[in-house]
Amino acid sequence: MIRRQENVILDVITRIMVPFIQIFAFYVIFHGHYSPGGGFQGGALLAGSVFLQRVVMGRERSLSGFHVKLGVPFGVIGILVYGGTGLVAQVFGGNYLQYEWLPFGLDPVWARNTGILLVEIGVAFAVMGILISIYDNLSAREGEGEKR
Amino acid sequence: MNDIFTTLIAERWAYLLTVVMIIIGLHAMMMKRNLVKKLIGMNIFQGAIILLFIVHAYKFGASVPVHDAVLGDHPEAYMNPIPHGLMLTAIVVSVATTGVALALLTLIYRRFGTIDEIELLQKLREEP
Amino acid sequence: MRWVPQLTILVTFVVLVYAGFGLPEFGDVEAPANTHVSDHYIEHAYHDDHTPNIVTVMIADYRSYDTLGETVVVFTAGLACLLLLMRGTRREDEA
Repeated sequence: MIRRQENVILDVITRIMVPFIQIFAFYVIFHGHYSPGGGFQGGALLAGSVFLQRVVMGRERSLSGFHVKLGVPFGVIGILVYGGTGLVAQVFGGNYLQYEWLPFGLDPVWARNTGILLVEIGVAFAVMGILISIYDNLSAREGEGEKR
Repeated sequence: MNDIFTTLIAERWAYLLTVVMIIIGLHAMMMKRNLVKKLIGMNIFQGAIILLFIVHAYKFGASVPVHDAVLGDHPEAYMNPIPHGLMLTAIVVSVATTGVALALLTLIYRRFGTIDEIELLQKLREEP
Repeated sequence: MRWVPQLTILVTFVVLVYAGFGLPEFGDVEAPANTHVSDHYIEHAYHDDHTPNIVTVMIADYRSYDTLGETVVVFTAGLACLLLLMRGTRREDEA
């Protein structure tokens, strides 16, 4: 899993499949309103697309797709989007996480719809970043670490 | 005896199957010597608990909890959505605890050189 | 004393099966878990949010605070994993 595999077929098929997996993951996130899905499932699929690259192409060659030090910042951005939506709703008049008071100029029912979508995007980024960070920490060798 | 058979097996068979899965997970956690096998037992246990909640959300003749224009707003036409929502949290917590447990197992292996329970206890007793 | 774990598992199995007598029937519509709050969510979800998926409305609108707490739990687990394993590699560098 850490050593580089010398397979041309797996390499080419991975390069073809990874964009389709990511598009399907975004479909699952945005269609959480109309069918089973939502933030957690889409975030796990996005993490899966990066895992495929790490397993097939080895650790050094797949760092250009998603670097090791990007895992935790994505998690933080996800939580800030979620908490920030609640704070924006509180600043503009309502309680915390009360989506009717979001300042987009829509009537209250559609403002709640948009609020749910923003929150699910935040959850998806948080879950993706943390799953990739856990995988990178578990598969690092001794002596490697982040050079702080 | 016939009354027990009807009450337990004919009407609550789904609950009995989840109890069997709980006992399999508990047996793996208590009786195996390898630490990774205990971790797999914990995962089976968590999966069984999630199934237990989802089983109790079913209603006869109900559809998935997605609103349909054909079925309307009648609450007897949809399944109970509350256990589905609670179990999303439970699945994510299961993934998080498995990740932290695997990190701890990596540290134990680097420090002691073994992940067998009995050898580990012997090594812990020898050194201060 | 080597039979104590097996006895514990057997006792747990008997207790769980005995508890099954008190649970409602599989698929019961009038069970207490399937009424009260759940009926309110099913009846008002599409009217409040114009969203067909009732489970998404429940976890992102009616119980949105719990989902925020759960996302923080995932983040804390990832952070704990990072701190444990970086600590291990750091000790190898210093020794």
